[in-house]
Amino acid sequence: MAWQTWGLKRSPWVYHVNVGACNNCDIEVLELLTPRYDVERFGITLVGSPRHADALLVTGVCTRQAEPRLRAVYEQTPKPCVVFCIGVCACTGGIFRHAYHFDRPVDEVIREIDPKAIIAYVPGCPPKPEGMILGAVKALGTL
Amino acid sequence: METIGAFFAASLGTLLVGMLSSWVDRKVTARVQYRVGPPLLQPFYDIAKLLGKETLVSERARGRGFLLAPLVGFAAAAVAAAMLWLANVRPAQAFVGDLIVVIYVLTIPALAGIYGALASGSPHAAIGASREMKLLLAYELPLVLSALVPVVQMGRSPDFGPTFSLGAMVQYQHGAGWVLASASGILAAAVALLCLQAKLTLVPFDLPEAETELMGGSALEYSGPPLAVLRLTRALLLAIAPLYFATLFLGGLSDATSGWSWLALAGKYLVVVVLVVLIRNTNPRLRIDQAVKFFWMGLAPVAALALVLAVLGF
Repeated sequence: MAWQTWGLKRSPWVYHVNVGACNNCDIEVLELLTPRYDVERFGITLVGSPRHADALLVTGVCTRQAEPRLRAVYEQTPKPCVVFCIGVCACTGGIFRHAYHFDRPVDEVIREIDPKAIIAYVPGCPPKPEGMILGAVKALGTL
Repeated sequence: METIGAFFAASLGTLLVGMLSSWVDRKVTARVQYRVGPPLLQPFYDIAKLLGKETLVSERARGRGFLLAPLVGFAAAAVAAAMLWLANVRPAQAFVGDLIVVIYVLTIPALAGIYGALASGSPHAAIGASREMKLLLAYELPLVLSALVPVVQMGRSPDFGPTFSLGAMVQYQHGAGWVLASASGILAAAVALLCLQAKLTLVPFDLPEAETELMGGSALEYSGPPLAVLRLTRALLLAIAPLYFATLFLGGLSDATSGWSWLALAGKYLVVVVLVVLIRNTNPRLRIDQAVKFFWMGLAPVAALALVLAVLGF
């Protein structure tokens, strides 16, 4: 298992999943991937398919409609993989915690199908790109 | 036994050169965008990581064909690399007709990609495969026409005659100077460079793998080790295309025993790689109909003109 996590730390490919966000966190994720922050230095690239991904950047409250889709995307991501809950809404539900469309936060949805999932939390509304980089470094450091 | 050893040495060496070239590609792209870019060994880290992931095959995919297709493409690219090195290092042992074989074998990675994409059962991949098919039909014509120009130029020389042999091309250019140093050579080289850009599926012709449109296009359903094989094939092609260009138009390895000509080959190779990367960074992506029109209505007449000029002696 050691060399697989070594490879994962050197070249984490990210896939962005929006499961019901207001788009603020999505804009910040997109800003993270621009030349200003240059995450390609760490081997991070944005990929177009969950099957190519090592890290899922999940933004948004997981609405009830999006739950089965999020589970399908997680199942289509080859393990080992890390799930990043970007923003307070993905971590705990944020200000929408008692809303009609909110059932469970993202980590409970994923732990239902995979109790051993590796999940990292990046709070903020929205989190700054520097915060996301810190979260990524901490998460990959614990692997 | 010696042949098998030479084949493995050529393919693995080309693979190494290809991985370093893909680093050059990413570094030049980063510099053009005012950033720093990945470390030197990043392509190797990517492959190591992919080999450690699990392979997921969708229920609707035809498993065997889906998983074998990348290997077939990789093997074909390795064969083409070995033949190009044979023509450059030992031109006297290259056989007549190897130019035709190399052009044919270099279509196999694209065909394997199409087969794998269609075998994966995904509609996104099917669109990517159909675009790759159209692109293949489009750029093969000007590529073949441009490859005929060195043959015609050799035909006018008394010792060689118009043979379809890469080894003879290397030997001819050793004596008579580069094919590029003539009007027909310049036109044919420009056409060949753009056709090679399409063969490498780089912008402006990267429709089959359009990330933002097709979510990964023809490679969409691949994960783990098969995806690593696809990326290794792309690295091999990135090393083969400049070598092919240098063999046909820039004289190749003029003298296998002299250290200067190995250095010159490295220089020619780097110049072509940087040209390919700069074209990639300064152009938008073409639609499939724009690309087909560009190759059939734009480049094919230019290549035909180059052929006519070569026959007339320019």
